[in-house]
Amino acid sequence: MSGPQRPSMGARLSFDLSRPGRIATTLPQCDVPSAELPPPDLLREELNLPELSQPDLIRYFTNLSHLNFSVDGGFYPLGSCTMKYNPKVHEELARLPGFAQLHPLQPAETAQGALALMYELQRSLAEITGMDTVSLTPAAGAHGELTSILTVKAYLEYKGESRHKVLVPDSAHGTNPATTALSGFSCLPVASDAQGNTDLGALAAVLDEDVAAMMLTLPNTLGLFDQNILRIAEMVHEKGALLYCDGANLNALLGQVKLGDLGFDVLQMNLHKTFSTPHGGGGPGAGPVAVKAHLAPFLPSPQVGREPDGRYAFQTPEHSIGRMVPFHGNFGIMVRAYAYIRSLGAEGLREVSENAVINANYLLACLRDAYHLPYDRRCLHEVVFSGSRQRAKGVHTYDVAKRLMDYGFHPPTVYFPLIVDEALMIEPTETESKETLDAFCEAMLAIAREAEEEPELLRGAPHNAPLRRLDEATAARRPVLRWRKENR
Amino acid sequence: MSNPYIPNTEEDRRAMLATIGVGAAGELFADIPSQHRNPALNLPPPLSEPELRRELSQMAAGNRPAGEMPCFLGAGAYRHFIPSVVNHIISRGEFATAYTPYQPEISQGTLQTIFEFQSLVCELTGMDVSNASMYDGASALTEACLMAAAVTGRGRVALLSTIHPHYEAVLRTYAAGRKLAVDVMEPRDVALSAEHACLAVQQPDFFGYLEDVTALAEKARAAGARYIVAADPISLGLFRPPGEYGADVVVAEGQSLGIPLSFGGPYLGIFAAREKYVRQMPGRIVGRTTDSEGRAGYVLTLQTREQHIRRERATSNICSNEQLVALAATVYLCALGRQGLRRVAELCYHKAHYAAEAIAALPGYSLPLEGTFFKEFVVRCPRPPEETNAALLERGIIGGLDLSDRIEKGMLLCVTEMNSRQEIDGLVTALKEVGS
Repeated sequence: MSGPQRPSMGARLSFDLSRPGRIATTLPQCDVPSAELPPPDLLREELNLPELSQPDLIRYFTNLSHLNFSVDGGFYPLGSCTMKYNPKVHEELARLPGFAQLHPLQPAETAQGALALMYELQRSLAEITGMDTVSLTPAAGAHGELTSILTVKAYLEYKGESRHKVLVPDSAHGTNPATTALSGFSCLPVASDAQGNTDLGALAAVLDEDVAAMMLTLPNTLGLFDQNILRIAEMVHEKGALLYCDGANLNALLGQVKLGDLGFDVLQMNLHKTFSTPHGGGGPGAGPVAVKAHLAPFLPSPQVGREPDGRYAFQTPEHSIGRMVPFHGNFGIMVRAYAYIRSLGAEGLREVSENAVINANYLLACLRDAYHLPYDRRCLHEVVFSGSRQRAKGVHTYDVAKRLMDYGFHPPTVYFPLIVDEALMIEPTETESKETLDAFCEAMLAIAREAEEEPELLRGAPHNAPLRRLDEATAARRPVLRWRKENR
Repeated sequence: MSNPYIPNTEEDRRAMLATIGVGAAGELFADIPSQHRNPALNLPPPLSEPELRRELSQMAAGNRPAGEMPCFLGAGAYRHFIPSVVNHIISRGEFATAYTPYQPEISQGTLQTIFEFQSLVCELTGMDVSNASMYDGASALTEACLMAAAVTGRGRVALLSTIHPHYEAVLRTYAAGRKLAVDVMEPRDVALSAEHACLAVQQPDFFGYLEDVTALAEKARAAGARYIVAADPISLGLFRPPGEYGADVVVAEGQSLGIPLSFGGPYLGIFAAREKYVRQMPGRIVGRTTDSEGRAGYVLTLQTREQHIRRERATSNICSNEQLVALAATVYLCALGRQGLRRVAELCYHKAHYAAEAIAALPGYSLPLEGTFFKEFVVRCPRPPEETNAALLERGIIGGLDLSDRIEKGMLLCVTEMNSRQEIDGLVTALKEVGS
């Protein structure tokens, strides 16, 4: 099977494998006269790091890797995460010494190639989103959200407006409320209607002159394009508020529509989703922010611009909110994203969204008889089912997810979005073949039958994964968060 | 030519569209307002793989990277040796192409390496608990200050003037959102009040020198403020860990631990704290537990702190970590181990002191700061640092950071185990020529 293997080493850690005197690399002799070390009260006495030989170290981490499910190993339809295949050439390009060994504070004249890449990436992302200016500095999607809302805040304060509310639809990404709090705004929810669009009546009821911005995820977390988008933009702008797009789901829209044309003032995108940089087990990513011209003077520092003589240089926007990162952002991620855009071009990007949407609608069509579809509309890049029908047999979405592992698939995102009972959020991406989708559907249909006939099979799943269900309650109640000598 | 990353053939697409019940893919996008559909994208034409390699190699060749010539620039990003095993492990698709370990049964590789990372960070810093990492050193410091404000209910954060200026800048950006006041204090002139949530210091400081961290700890404690230390993780191979001198939170930029310079990122934020703060900490945390058959395993835990559950009352909005970079640091620390990290720290110390002594002996050069330094130190140049650096660059050397806005004709130089004696002697000779 394509999935992960059973553990061959138990849960022993490097500390348990350590033997005094071993080391996994070599270091040079000191080729200068030794200086006198500081007095002992400034020095440490003990440094308890593990000691491993190189073969032991490689085996330890290689065996651990075998316990992971990954995109390289199998289908990973984690909704809202865009787990697409990551091109291998990008890994080599990001590691070119001219990029990887470049110090962030080197003089700009010695980094013109890197600055050119950043400049072109800013330009390309602005073109793709239909916005005017892009900041590459945010280190992740949530960081881009925060950057966006802080930029909005600085803009409004500059205009002398003290608006204190931010609207967040109930179909938005989960980080949005935390972002509003971190930006010093209060967060007001806006309900969705029965079609999965923003409820315009609910919006009108909360929209007033105290609203700084509305944070809209488009397509939303139901995988649906908000059919009211143009009206929403009008309503928000009429009250003098700004419209922000959580662009985490941009994979659905590449080349189909430019978000800037729909009335958004600011948006964030996720290079690790749409632009195919590896997710790395949970980072690093990058969350560039794109704005219309009126917000550009407030973007974080630095921006890459061109001097009158044509050279590239870091510049600080006139009313910048300041720094979001110590240097210029996750450059290594930018290299990969730029390479992706350069390999695909305009038509290739359009094919990405088109195939991602075909794949999601194909799953919708194949599974709709077996699982409840709470919003019965064509979806975009992902489809959200509900496991509510299976509940009659005492089976929950959680059990369906765990059983999928036995069939060799990573489960979808579960219990999100919160507005869908027993949610199963499936995002296939464009990099999966029809054969893979068919195999996944067969598994999902078999699981639906098992839920009817042998519900115990689901409730005990997974049966074939490296481990059985883990006791998360005890982990939280009596936390063991590190290795300790006495716990060996 | 067909796209290598899209498996669907024309025939597949026809069959799938038929199953879906539409005649053409365009119908699936019917919710998009028609006047805005199918915009033209003004992007350059696509490149094949060999063309892409050529174009990006040319861009890379447009740089003169620190790795290809003697480099004495540090200031928060450092050139240290990276053992081959690090890149080998993080290049494995099983690690690189997985995501957040939401499903622990099939994510034990990632989960166990996070537990390793947390354990190594605790050993290195002398603290009780660590999270799975933050974006970088600056965001870790900022989150530590926000946590201190939340824990104490106080509205001012104090930090020393000797903290990296870019870290202070990031803190100020966040503080503006939360309406926290930021007070910058000289190390010899720290005056805390009952309004201060924390005192943040950097050890060694931005200029490379050791602060009197024990006395500063006492000042923080006396004011009821939390004590936050931003440490250089390589220095912890040699120097006392902050856990031994009263730190409540230790943060660090982990880039030195096996991560390439990469023009400023991705880097690694380290965040470790006393046990009593574990439920106020930002970021992911992994804990040990057992499965239903009693086998040891690892899970994401204490998630009620996090944004996806607590929403606007979360401790932070962070919903990821820098996992692959944290894995690099984990492999690095395991590869060097107890002896290796101490050795790297000692090499930095001896080489930096050799360089400092030789430069201080040059006519016109001096060391304007007093005290104990680790791998960075400040030199006062006879000519403006900008001119000095330009002249060094002509000689194929990347000089130090121009500090003339802080210290008259000051330059911050960094020497690590990567700088051979020959490189250091070359720098000294070049400085002599430039200065006369």
